[in-house]
Formats: sequence, structure tokens, C-alpha cells
Amino acid sequence: MKSKIVQIVLIGLGIAFLVVMLILPLITVLVYALRQGWETFGAAITDDYAVKAMELTLFATSITVVINTVFGLFAAWAITKFRFRGKQALTTLIDIPFSISPIIAGLVFILVFGRIGWANPLVEALGAKIVFAVPGIVLATIFVTFPFVSRELIPLMQAQGSDEEEAAALMGANGFRIFRKITFPHIKWSLLYGVILCTARALGEFGAVSVVSGHLRGKTNTLPLHVEILFNEFNLTAAFAVSSILVVFAVIILILRFIVERRVKSKEG
Amino acid sequence: MLSLKNKRKRNNTVIPGFGLSMGITITMLSLIVLIPLCSVLLTLSDTTFAGFWQNITDEQTMATYKVSFSCALIAAVINVSFGILLAWILTRYQFPLKSLLDGLIELPFALPTAVAGIALTTLYSDKGWIGALFDKIDVKISYTTIGITIAMVFIGIPFVVRSIQPVLEKLDPQFEEAATVLGASRFRIFCKVILPEILPAALTGFGLAFARAIGEYGSVVFIAGNIPYKTQITPLIIMSKLEQFNYAAATSIALVMILFAFVILFGINVLQAAINKVARGS
Repeated sequence: MKSKIVQIVLIGLGIAFLVVMLILPLITVLVYALRQGWETFGAAITDDYAVKAMELTLFATSITVVINTVFGLFAAWAITKFRFRGKQALTTLIDIPFSISPIIAGLVFILVFGRIGWANPLVEALGAKIVFAVPGIVLATIFVTFPFVSRELIPLMQAQGSDEEEAAALMGANGFRIFRKITFPHIKWSLLYGVILCTARALGEFGAVSVVSGHLRGKTNTLPLHVEILFNEFNLTAAFAVSSILVVFAVIILILRFIVERRVKSKEG
Repeated sequence: MLSLKNKRKRNNTVIPGFGLSMGITITMLSLIVLIPLCSVLLTLSDTTFAGFWQNITDEQTMATYKVSFSCALIAAVINVSFGILLAWILTRYQFPLKSLLDGLIELPFALPTAVAGIALTTLYSDKGWIGALFDKIDVKISYTTIGITIAMVFIGIPFVVRSIQPVLEKLDPQFEEAATVLGASRFRIFCKVILPEILPAALTGFGLAFARAIGEYGSVVFIAGNIPYKTQITPLIIMSKLEQFNYAAATSIALVMILFAFVILFGINVLQAAINKVARGS
């Protein structure tokens, strides 16, 4: 009896914490988004600037995910299939963006490509624009999501070892064939999991993008930046309406994660 | 030819692709992470140490460290307490909607930080659902350090829960049963049997949540209100120095934060090694 009471109290405390900390903010977004009716909501999310911001967000996210997936695969292959000195150091270096403030992630690209940046003369000579333009936003997004895919793959590929790949190599299969026929089937769910994490962060990245964006409406504004502008203009309904798009993305991502996580645990664990 | 042979021997594997995968890894790592990060040092190379010191110990900047560190510390402590509680009920008990709540733990990772930021600010402002309740007893949350701490708790939850959960799942209930049979109280069992097992994981989660809280921008900056000397966080002062084109100051403060992040990262790696040792030993 006593243990039952303890159990109920603990579960109640835990649920209360989750409701206050996680569920109420979610409900806040939805309630405020619809506070002035569906029409205002519709107008806010079909507003020209919002649509442009959405396009830019999706563009930056897709490039980021492709690049980081390719990188993650090669990095995991290099780190788990071969022996070399400094392996631990390399793994740690890849993890750096994870522990650095997004503001600093943005700052470093200003220091490279900005007005005072050492690469600025080169960029200007090429007639390109990186900082306060779309390439800077993409670079900053790649930086903050850099370790996501490799972090998922490395522990798994390490645990699986490389006996099968070695056997295939001895039988004369080339690298791509070994990857496609042997490694990939083992890691596909973890890979997908990493891609989902990477997508989530890339869609929502705010700090790093904010530093390099220059906040040009309709040009270098991503959805999160657009939310900030609307909020600072005290246009709460529109800010929350645009946020609700991102909430929908977040919920889809959570559901996908949940499904993929189960697969990862059952098939590869 | 000889060097190639040596390389083969050292790699000790027949799997192809070492050169290619290593080449791509190093190139990308350098282009995206290392070279840009080194620009911090390059930029600071024309600053004197005295100038650097002045930039990082400027009165307003010092006030931001105080706000960021103290709030992050309190938030991490709250997160560890509730993180252990949540990991415990999610692994040991059955209750309705459990898997839904389990999935929800990741919300702070999936929800864009700016959205979290404005939602928390509104919820805890004196007109918001929770803020209004506290306003009655004259406690302001949004635009105070309490608000900053709450935002930092929000972003830190998943780190702690997800560090502890796997350890609790693997923990053999036999020890607890043995302790119960021997007549130990529940509290004693928790302190003597469970806590030592989950401590390294809890500390890892603490470190991750703490580091993230100090660097976090979007979720925190809206609720902070950004009053200089009072509720201004360190990432924001970097941002405002940049907006004033004071690159030297922005970069100096950034270097302090980077060094601090490295210290935490190193600490976590040491802990992780300890956890792996325990995992292998058992």
C-alpha cells in the first residue's frame, strides 16, 4: 500500500512537470495562433514574407541535410573501419559544434567572410556574398548540425565490427558495393534517425542563422527569424501562427523519431 | 611504395576507402568547423592581452556571466532532480499515455528555439496562464532571472532524461530486491544502490544541460528581457557587440565561452569513459 502511494506521487510529480514545462507551451502556441480566428491565421501563414521565409528554411534545411548525411557516412566509415592514430581526437573534433553556442557558430563565419574577415577579399573578388546572404545561412546551419549523423552511426558501426566488410573485400568487392550490400542494410535506421535529428535542428536553428542573416525580409529571413520579427513587432497572433507551422514540423519529427527509434532498438540493438 | 606498404600494415584491414573517407572527413571538418573556429584566434592575434582582458572583464560582460552561469547552474540542478524522477517513472512504472510522454521528452530538441522562446515568454508573462497566477503573489517570471532559469530548464530536460534512462533500464532489480529483503528502507536503497549506478550518467546529463544552457540563445533571449546588468545573457552580449561592430570584444567573449565549452566537453568525455568501463565490467 505504501509503495503504491509513493508510486502515484512520483508519477504525478513527473507528469505535472511535463505538463507545465512542455505541454503548456505547446498549447500556448496553438491557442494564441488561433486567437483571432482562422482567417487571421490563414493570412499570417500565407503572407508573402512568411512564404519566402518558409522557402528559404526548406532550401537551407535540404542542403544541410544532404551535406551532413554524406559527411556523416564518410566520417563514420573512416572512424569505424580503419585503425589510425588520433581517432579519439578526430571524434571529439567532430563533436565540437555540439557544445558551442549557436551565436559563436554564427560569429565564426562573420570572422571568415564578413567585412573584417580574412577570406573577404577573395569573396569580393569572386563577386559573391556569403555573410548577410543565403550562403552564410546555409553554412551556419551546416555548422550547428555537423555532428548529428556521424554521432548516430559511429557507436553502432563500432559495435558491429567490420568482419563482414573484410570478407567481402577479400572476395574482391569494391568499396561502394561493400557499403551498399553489407554496411547500409545494417545502419539504415540509425542513419534515418540521424537525418531526422539533423532536419529538426536545421529547420529550427535560430541563433547561428540570426547572426549571419542580416535580417532582410523576404531575402535572408528564415521561419524562426520571421517569428522573432513578428513577436518583436507585438504582432503576437501572426508570430504564433507562423510558429504553429514549425510546431507541426516538430510534431511530425517527434512521431518519425518515435517510429524510427523503435526500429533502431529492435533491429540493430 | 614502401610508405604505402607501411600504411597498409598500420591500417591492418583489407577494406577499401581509407584515403577517400578520411580525405572527405578531414576536408569537411576543416572547412566547416576547424578553420572557421581558428578565425577566432586569428582575429584576436592583433589584440593585446590587456585589451583582451579588458574586453572579457568589462563590467557589463561580467554581469552577463553571472546571469548565464547562475541560471544555468540552477536549471541544471532542477533538471537533474526531475530528470532522475522522469527517467525513473518512465522505466519502472506503468501508467496511461506513458509512451506519449516518453516521446514528448524530446520536444525541446524538435521545437525550434525561437518558438519555445516566445511560447514560454507569453506563458509566463504577467498576462500569461502561469505568469498571471504568480503575478497575484507579486512574483514576476518573464523578463527576470526566474524566467531565464525556466527557459534553461526547458532546453535541458531531454539531455538528463536520455542520459539516465538507458542506465536505469540496464540496472538489475536483483540488487534492490536483495536490499529490500535485508530490510533497507526505500530511501536507503535509492541512496546506496541506485544513485551510485546512475551518478555518472546523471553528471553527464548535468554537464550537457549546463553547457547547452549557457550557450543557448533563442529559447532564453525572449524571456530574458535583456536588461543590462540584470537579465542580459552572455550570448546576447556577443550579439550586441557584433551589432556595434566591436569585433574584438565579441570575439574575446566568444573565446572565453569556447574554452569553457571545451572544459565541459572534456569533463563529459572523462565521465563517458568511466561509464563505458562500468558497462564493460558488469
